[in-house]
Amino acid sequence: MNFDFTEEQQMIRDSIARFVQDDYDWDTRKAIVESDKGMSDAAWQQFAELGWLSIPFAEEDGGFGGSIVDTSVIMEEIGKGLIVEPYLATVVLYGNLIAKAGNEAQRAALLPEVIDGSALGTFAYVERQSRFEITDCKTTAQNNGGAYTLSGEKVVVSNGTNADKAVVLARTSGEQFDRDGLSLFVVDLNGAGVERFGYPMMDGQRCANLTFNNAPAELIGEEGSAMGVVEAVVREATIAVAAEAVGCMGTLNAKTLEYTKQREQFGVRISTFQALKHRMVDTMMAFEQAKSLLFKAMCEFNEAPEKADLTIHALKVLIDRNAKLVYGEAIQLHGGMGITDELDIGHYAKRLMMINSTFGDATYHRNHYASKTYSA
Amino acid sequence: MDIAFSAEDLAFREEVRSFFAEHFTPELQGRLRSNGFKNTIVEWQKKLHEKGWIAPNWPVEFGGTGWTPTQKYIYETERSEAGIPGTVPFGLSMVGPVIYQFGNQEQKDYFLPRILSSDDWWCQGYSEPGAGSDLAALKTKAELDGDDYIINGAKIWTTYAQYADWIFVLVRTSNEGKKQEGITFLLCDMKSEGIKVNPIISIDNEHSLNEVEFNNVRVPAKNVVGEVNGGWTVAKALLAHERTSIADVAQSKRTIRQIKDAAAKEINGGKALLDDPGFQGRLADIEIELMALEFTELRTLAAMAAGGFPGPESSLLKIKGTELQQATQELRMEVAAHYQGVLPTDLDSEQLGHDFGSEARRNFMYGRASTIYGGSNEVQKNIIAKFVLGLE
Repeated sequence: MNFDFTEEQQMIRDSIARFVQDDYDWDTRKAIVESDKGMSDAAWQQFAELGWLSIPFAEEDGGFGGSIVDTSVIMEEIGKGLIVEPYLATVVLYGNLIAKAGNEAQRAALLPEVIDGSALGTFAYVERQSRFEITDCKTTAQNNGGAYTLSGEKVVVSNGTNADKAVVLARTSGEQFDRDGLSLFVVDLNGAGVERFGYPMMDGQRCANLTFNNAPAELIGEEGSAMGVVEAVVREATIAVAAEAVGCMGTLNAKTLEYTKQREQFGVRISTFQALKHRMVDTMMAFEQAKSLLFKAMCEFNEAPEKADLTIHALKVLIDRNAKLVYGEAIQLHGGMGITDELDIGHYAKRLMMINSTFGDATYHRNHYASKTYSA
Repeated sequence: MDIAFSAEDLAFREEVRSFFAEHFTPELQGRLRSNGFKNTIVEWQKKLHEKGWIAPNWPVEFGGTGWTPTQKYIYETERSEAGIPGTVPFGLSMVGPVIYQFGNQEQKDYFLPRILSSDDWWCQGYSEPGAGSDLAALKTKAELDGDDYIINGAKIWTTYAQYADWIFVLVRTSNEGKKQEGITFLLCDMKSEGIKVNPIISIDNEHSLNEVEFNNVRVPAKNVVGEVNGGWTVAKALLAHERTSIADVAQSKRTIRQIKDAAAKEINGGKALLDDPGFQGRLADIEIELMALEFTELRTLAAMAAGGFPGPESSLLKIKGTELQQATQELRMEVAAHYQGVLPTDLDSEQLGHDFGSEARRNFMYGRASTIYGGSNEVQKNIIAKFVLGLE
């Protein structure tokens, strides 16, 4: 048994922490979020140069050959620094889908531009009626003698305004809700037949609804059996956002603890009140518990990815509950300051809420956990 | 003990319903949501005033309705059913009651009618950067100069100061004795020279909060309410009035209805969210607690009808009321799922694919303030511990 991070993982962690400290302070982030694009191209190039964009990909594809632990280390630091650049959408989702579903030629064509930072990507899978059920897919693909075109709509697509390309889930056969008959396609979002309707989200992300009207698309992976790859990538991405959440929670706790040691009311520091001390103990425990389940999920994933499935349901439930406690107390203990847009506390809370509704919320995962675990 | 509605109550309910249906038009409702909030809410409040329904909690002699607790309950329930916002509290629920409780005749004659008619918009000058939960630590000072006080200092978290004609402000008039003993309650015209309002953007990305600076602001000494250096008593009475109105059970009931409507339409894997036992359990837990709070509020209304003014029990309403507001707001966010984080956009709801995500977000985010304002819930627990349970 070993819960230590390797020296290499520690170096990755330090490099992101240093980036946040030197190049991504709160004012810089604020300016980026308020900019037209909502992200910094310069920062993204820096990520490429520092090698972060290559982490999960195999060495033969030009990647670093990292594990889920490496990805989680990056995501935890992204959470701490509240980095808005689309690492999850481009690397963890789009890149991993290409890496897992693409043939050699597709990987050779599409992964280098992810790794060198010249292309941004996303995974378009949510539809307006689908809620968290990925198989609830109405977008269709038509095969015109080997040349596919897509028609339909995807909504709240993360990084949807900036992505150059998307992997899109579409139906090649079967009915809505059928697991079989779903296929993955790469679509040039700047190409014909694609329209984007962008909008900003409260956590600084730019999302878009994408409409496809006979948009040219390239099949990746086997036609009609995409769900295996989709589940594999979403599994990994769910652990990744849980790691990001752990980063956010740890930072909120640290900032709140610091604030209560400085803020004076009734002639004393408010950290001296027992009622508040106990609540900070509760949030600390909530953080440690979330981190423990994250470690369990990573350990199981390393043995065999599907082994982590039940723990991932549990992790998403616990992250939801504990994140709510942590951000709730962080805002409350900061008092009026906690509800200003100026202070970073509320922004961590917003990111945590968005994570809670990504890849299934607590109700969704609790149901899956229960139905897989309990029966009379 | 019963809560059965009498024939008079039922007739009253009909009257309320038809008044709302006739006067709270969709057109007015639409304007309330868009720009021009102040003009529209004032227009609505003036309609209530003409009808004589603007201040149900005031004594009849000052312009109240003389309603029984049951009628007040009916009114609030119908208001919430109709989706009508509560009246702006700073005049009607805060400074008005302290003026009729502590003010002199001249103050009552001048201010109360203008509050009832919504001709004056009020804001609250209580908190300061260094005086939040510890309100009595306030430092904004007022020094007597002839017939005037001269105020220097700053107030913070002042809701709608940008709209206000008047501010009621707690000032330090003495540094002797306990810090509570040197505070005075003053009424100050917002047009006075030396007042500066600085906007604060809150966590919901909106501008309702402000900082209000006072630089040598002159206020006539006759604008003191109650005793000089006796402002703490006035301040506490006002907070008790404020707390009772913060509970807002009617609003939480409305949010629950919105949750039910939306959850019936949200389909996950072919099944409505409202039919999901896990979701039902969470909704039921909140609704059960709210049911109890509704009766706690009714008991308080009945006690107030018998005894006059709200006491420390109002802290209970504030704590439970705000906790339940947050619980309902949070659940509504979850119903909105992916759309819960949407900021205001040019896209209409058809293009966006959703019609309440942004509203749920705004309510949830600003709702975080409710356990902080009006005396934080931690302070409310101290009040109950001390004044109700006698724990020193």
